[in-house]
Amino acid sequence: MSEEKNSIPKEELFSPKNKKLLIDPIGKDNPITVQVLGICSVLAVTVQLRASLVLAIAVVAVMGLANVIISVLRHGIPPRIRIIVQLTVIASLVILVDQVLKAFVYDVSRQLSVFVGLIITNCIIMGRLEAFALQNKVWPSFLDGIGNAAGYGSILLLVAAVRELFGSGTLMGYQMIPNAFYDFGYVDNGLMILPPMALITVGVIIWIHRHRDRALVDVS
Amino acid sequence: MKPLINLVEKVKPHFEEGGRFEKLHRSFEAFETFLYVKGDVTHTGSHIRDAIDMKRTMVHVIIALIPVLLFGIWNVGFQHFKATGQEVAFMDQVIFGLIKVLPIIIVSYASGLAVEFIFATARNHEVNEGFLVSGMLIPLVIPVTTPLWMVAVATIFAVIIGKEVFGGTGMNILNPALLARAFLFFAYPSYLSGEVWIETTLQEGQQLVDGFSGATAMAIMTAGEGTMPSDFDMFFGFIPGSIGETSTFAILLGAIILVATGIGSFKIMASVFLGGLAMGLLFNLFAVNDYMDMPAYRHLIMGGFAFGAVYMATDPVSASQTDMGKYIYGVLIGVITVLIRVVNPAYPEGMMLAILFMNVFAPLIDHYVVEANVKRRLKRMKKIRLETQA
Repeated sequence: MSEEKNSIPKEELFSPKNKKLLIDPIGKDNPITVQVLGICSVLAVTVQLRASLVLAIAVVAVMGLANVIISVLRHGIPPRIRIIVQLTVIASLVILVDQVLKAFVYDVSRQLSVFVGLIITNCIIMGRLEAFALQNKVWPSFLDGIGNAAGYGSILLLVAAVRELFGSGTLMGYQMIPNAFYDFGYVDNGLMILPPMALITVGVIIWIHRHRDRALVDVS
Repeated sequence: MKPLINLVEKVKPHFEEGGRFEKLHRSFEAFETFLYVKGDVTHTGSHIRDAIDMKRTMVHVIIALIPVLLFGIWNVGFQHFKATGQEVAFMDQVIFGLIKVLPIIIVSYASGLAVEFIFATARNHEVNEGFLVSGMLIPLVIPVTTPLWMVAVATIFAVIIGKEVFGGTGMNILNPALLARAFLFFAYPSYLSGEVWIETTLQEGQQLVDGFSGATAMAIMTAGEGTMPSDFDMFFGFIPGSIGETSTFAILLGAIILVATGIGSFKIMASVFLGGLAMGLLFNLFAVNDYMDMPAYRHLIMGGFAFGAVYMATDPVSASQTDMGKYIYGVLIGVITVLIRVVNPAYPEGMMLAILFMNVFAPLIDHYVVEANVKRRLKRMKKIRLETQA
């Protein structure tokens, strides 16, 4: 990173403004808990932590790269067809990610099945391209993409951890709840594996988030 | 009673502003109003207050639940000794039932009230009385074989997700007690599927009688095997099932209390029964299997139909508020219940799902009933105006 720092002398690489771009989406501008975008995949792929982790990484990769590419092209894209261009970029990246997953983590790729392809429709990605990458320089766009994807991924992982721990008694496939519990009469919670519980878990996270950060509560 | 009032008055300053236990102010208030109607007056609007407040209302429901509870306790013992083939005295059956049922009630109240008190203290609102009833309903709608920790988890879930997130009693869109049951049903399906619902933990020297199944009537009908209990047994409740749901007779006693005191809505109860009966008759017309061919009235006496209709559907918070809405709401509950029972083999009992489903729709029903009324009156006004102009 240090040599890049020298190449752009005008603005510091991690100036407070840029840092804000990266950090804010993880906390008080979180795409899921504050903007309530991208809920669909949170409901669908958070049964197992492993699958969520892979999907989170995939989204980080797609979003970072898509933001960079669109930001590079931003002066050349005619406004009237910008959505199509954005879709093409995202779709190509998703195909790449899909192929990589199939090559290296085949079982997880099968588990994620259609949801890798559905990254294309993830509203967060489109939203950031429209709202940020089209108007900003490459480096801030990259940070914004990574930041938002990380914000999305962090919630994904949190929900998946809760659901896998209580729904299957495991984390990343390793048994977490000791056998003694089961002997004592503990039973895994079947509701956790069903989609409604993902919604409720996200709801509870939003609740806690807003309780801790009063500025997020909109008083209407 | 005087010493009690004196005691309350004596400790009161400690809980008020500036007192030693200021933080526990709301908890104290809960106990105070539980004992006596508070001496404060209304601040706005009407200055005449009925002596009956929400706590008294809830107590009436508890009274209406007593027949069901007593019968349920006895039935737990009765079913147990029937399964082991022993002949024991009436009191032994009751004592066995008490040993099994009381812990469930205690756990339900303790876990639910703990959540209520924590939230009341944290949010500084009154402790909600609604849980007095929910805490009693939860044990009655689950089988006696449910482990106690599950009861606690389900109760906490129902109070937090069903009630507190919406703002407490009176704000909930779903019936908390049913939500607790739905939670158990989906979270721990093997305990709630209606297979073995009799306490069969055997002591030394006991054994199960030959041919013992322990399945509920619902499970027998859904699976299509086993012998159905007689109508007499089902009406009076000498059958396995959730603790409070078996005896339609005891439930009807409770219904009389509810209707007589004006707490429960007769319109809802009647329309639920009518809806169920109508749907059952409709199925009889087009019967292609045994379940569809079953006499329609049986739907009303088996499973949790009567209990749901009398105690659950009438919950004033989650039910429809308008008169016309109550009929629509009730009939649809009955229809959907029978529909789920007969058509969907995955859910042997449809009452819980039907009520929860209609709880969600109750505001919508009310909205359209009110809209329709507004429209009708506008039309009438228009007509009058036209006539006067002419």
